[in-house]
Amino acid sequence: MTNVNYFKDQFEQLQDSGPATAITELRTDGFDTFNKSGLPTYKLEEWKYTNISSLFDKEYQFANDAQAVQLSDIDAIRLAGYEQANELIFVNGRFIPALSTIRSAASQLIILTLEEALKGEYQELVKTHLGQSSIYLKDGIHALNTSFIQDGLFILIPKGQQLTQPVYIYHIADARQQNTLSQPRSLIFVEENAKLQLTETYTTLGTAESFTNEVLEVVVKENAFVEYYKIQHDGLNASQVGSTHIHQIGRSYVHTVVVSLNGGVIRNNLNLILDAAGNETHLYGLYLLKGKSHVDNHTLVDNKQPNCFSNQLYKGIAGDASTGVFSGRIIVQPDAQKTNAYQSNKNIILSDQATINTKPQLEIFADDVKCSHGCTVGQLDEEAMFYLRARGIPKEAAEVLLLEAYAADILVQIKPEPLRNHIAELIYEHLSIS
Amino acid sequence: MNEDLNMLEQTALNDYKYGFVTDIDTDIIPKGLNEAVVELISKKKNEPEWMLNWRLKAYAHWLKLEEPKWPNVKYPPINYQDIIYYAAPKKKEQLNSLNEVDPELLRTFEKLGISLNEQKRLTGVAVDVVMDSVSIATSFKEQLSEIGVIFCSISEAIQKHPDLVKKHLGSVVPMTDNYFAALNSAVFTDGSFCYIPKGVRCPMELSTYFRINAENSGQFERTLIIAEEESYVSYLEGCTAPMRDENQLHAAVVELVAMKKAEIKYSTVQNWYPGDKDGNGGIYNFVTKRGMCQGEHSKISWTQVETGSAITWKYPSVILKGDHSIGEFYSVAFTNHHQQADTGTKMIHLGKNTRSRIVSKGISAGQSQNSYRGLVRASKGATNARNYSQCDSLLLGDKCGAHTFPYIEVKNKTAIVEHEATTSKIGEDQLFYCRQRGIDAETAVAMIVNGFAKEVMNQLPMEFAIEAQKLLAISMEGSVG
Repeated sequence: MTNVNYFKDQFEQLQDSGPATAITELRTDGFDTFNKSGLPTYKLEEWKYTNISSLFDKEYQFANDAQAVQLSDIDAIRLAGYEQANELIFVNGRFIPALSTIRSAASQLIILTLEEALKGEYQELVKTHLGQSSIYLKDGIHALNTSFIQDGLFILIPKGQQLTQPVYIYHIADARQQNTLSQPRSLIFVEENAKLQLTETYTTLGTAESFTNEVLEVVVKENAFVEYYKIQHDGLNASQVGSTHIHQIGRSYVHTVVVSLNGGVIRNNLNLILDAAGNETHLYGLYLLKGKSHVDNHTLVDNKQPNCFSNQLYKGIAGDASTGVFSGRIIVQPDAQKTNAYQSNKNIILSDQATINTKPQLEIFADDVKCSHGCTVGQLDEEAMFYLRARGIPKEAAEVLLLEAYAADILVQIKPEPLRNHIAELIYEHLSIS
Repeated sequence: MNEDLNMLEQTALNDYKYGFVTDIDTDIIPKGLNEAVVELISKKKNEPEWMLNWRLKAYAHWLKLEEPKWPNVKYPPINYQDIIYYAAPKKKEQLNSLNEVDPELLRTFEKLGISLNEQKRLTGVAVDVVMDSVSIATSFKEQLSEIGVIFCSISEAIQKHPDLVKKHLGSVVPMTDNYFAALNSAVFTDGSFCYIPKGVRCPMELSTYFRINAENSGQFERTLIIAEEESYVSYLEGCTAPMRDENQLHAAVVELVAMKKAEIKYSTVQNWYPGDKDGNGGIYNFVTKRGMCQGEHSKISWTQVETGSAITWKYPSVILKGDHSIGEFYSVAFTNHHQQADTGTKMIHLGKNTRSRIVSKGISAGQSQNSYRGLVRASKGATNARNYSQCDSLLLGDKCGAHTFPYIEVKNKTAIVEHEATTSKIGEDQLFYCRQRGIDAETAVAMIVNGFAKEVMNQLPMEFAIEAQKLLAISMEGSVG
């Protein structure tokens, strides 16, 4: 059975499995869009440098057997600092409360499945905000996630709750039996004066192919504070399209760091919608690529209201036959006067088989703004190399030293210490093994 | 500064200075495009068969293509059957000297400020004038031919130097390149041809002046410049069109070929009619310009000042094929009222040790949209390729837009590519500084804009630099305050 027929089959089964709700409506819309647009090809401007449709030459299936994953599987992949963290587990794209551990008080952190949230007091919130990202992400792959919203995650940090325990989300794909397609979906609210520190990471079990097509929507209200970390360090058989859509509807502060070390074909969409005056947002990214990895970071900062500030710094290293892509888009809408928006993308290319494609864009419709972007592609500094070699440091070690220093700019942006140290170790290991 | 001041006063009405129609008998063919029209154009120009076949092939390919939709510009669909593809000022015989040129025509150029006689006598610039579609006369031809430089209209070159044309026409911009290049290849009516032989440094600036005169006519000119080994040429191109309510299409193709150690400097001052304040009329300037650095150590430099046209859509590019070759692109694009510009460059690094530099300055006023779109590509073989790009945008007014779309593709570990872009408005402090010293707001803005564009203006040959500066001031008029 081809993937498309399989999707159609599964979609119909899913729709028939329960009563019509707001979610089933959303799914129908999603599936219509998917049927219309299909999987994105390189002919679409937004997908010019990343071809995911070829990944679907293989057959993928949704794996429904969550039982196969045990707590012991999770132990192996825990992130540092988990003892204090709320650990939420997704298996094959579905949120599994039974495997998850919630350490914060229920008054501080509300965790439900999307279906549950749609029944209770939060139903209006869900109806209003679920699926907002499709205004910006109109392609078929995003619609495919929407077509299969099931056992999604709902998080709400109530007003005034400064959550001290971080939230870790582990995405586990079970590819021990078959090629697996996982489509996690989450909706997160950070209410007025609340604070959330969120980390996501991905693991594939087994050696078959896994494809994760994730959509995470975050709504940030007045005076809220959000830190978001995404760590991608999975096998070459693990490909991913991850869309993170952060909507700052009140004057708030958002800080994001995306670290991509290992993986197959990875596409990260990160949208920041600055929908209130005086919003502040920081975007950092690091991609250290080896082998045949392909990492594509797309960022969008849409300044809709005046006096917003945004700063982006993405740094990458492409070695072996890897490909690094960066596409950053800053839009300043006519009302967004006094916007300050900065963007910088720096790349080091280590091999003639590696490729860097970068496309920083500014689209500005207001006049009283300060916007700039810059990007560079280059090599390790010869003089710095010489300095180290002259002091008896072997070439490989010197290279690792310099690359570590290069990555440090982003590493320091990971604020929680345990997590930072954990990632520093991962980076060191990753750079040392050639 | 005084001169600028006067000029601003003079043009206080903010009219398009070059908006007059010359009353000359024009030899035109009916509107529309089909194979017969292509054949007719070819026949009227008395072309050899290979040329006709080439055109027909291009036409056949054009039919298969779709008009591109990706640029950041908006315009109503163009009806390609509503355009006159050939409009030539009527003439009875081949002209041998300027004295034989229609006096009415000469007056047109006097109004434009490029009197042939004047230029010939005072500045020593050789001018090839293209009105509507046909080259009228070429001055200084004799002096040039003494040193072996061929500078003539492309139709003449097809007749007299078929081997050269055959070899190079379409070698840089193939007829299949894009929609408008294919259209141009099928119906181009005239343009300039320039050949600099080995080791010759062209002693004067070569110049072409384009002007669209006839109503409803499209201008499809084709320029081909070939610089043989160790030669040098500086080529200037200026464009104007009379005021009309309708939109006119201008789809030109320019090809440059630089051999070993040759250098071509190509400067454009584009001042096509931009439409009126409400965005009616104006020229659609959809141009394909590309240079090929064929030999080692060759250099191609594009300089452009774009103030006119309702829509400008062009990307003068350089293919850096020869080792150690250099590509440069300097651009000032000014848009006012409802003008739209989507312009930039492509630097394709193929050879070793190739270098390129891009400086683009965009200024938007009124309700205009101004985009920079550029590509820098360092391919696998482009060892030590080096690029530096800088795009700055200045916004005058709160209804205009400035956009930057740079593409950077690197496949070589020794390549170094840098890009930086900024967008801002004129600083309050800068304005305050000028106002405090008794300079009125408009002059102050003109000064600041001139300073902003200076880096590019400095690249223009003298005669053009002055004209370009005036044009900028005229275009800016009314956009302040």
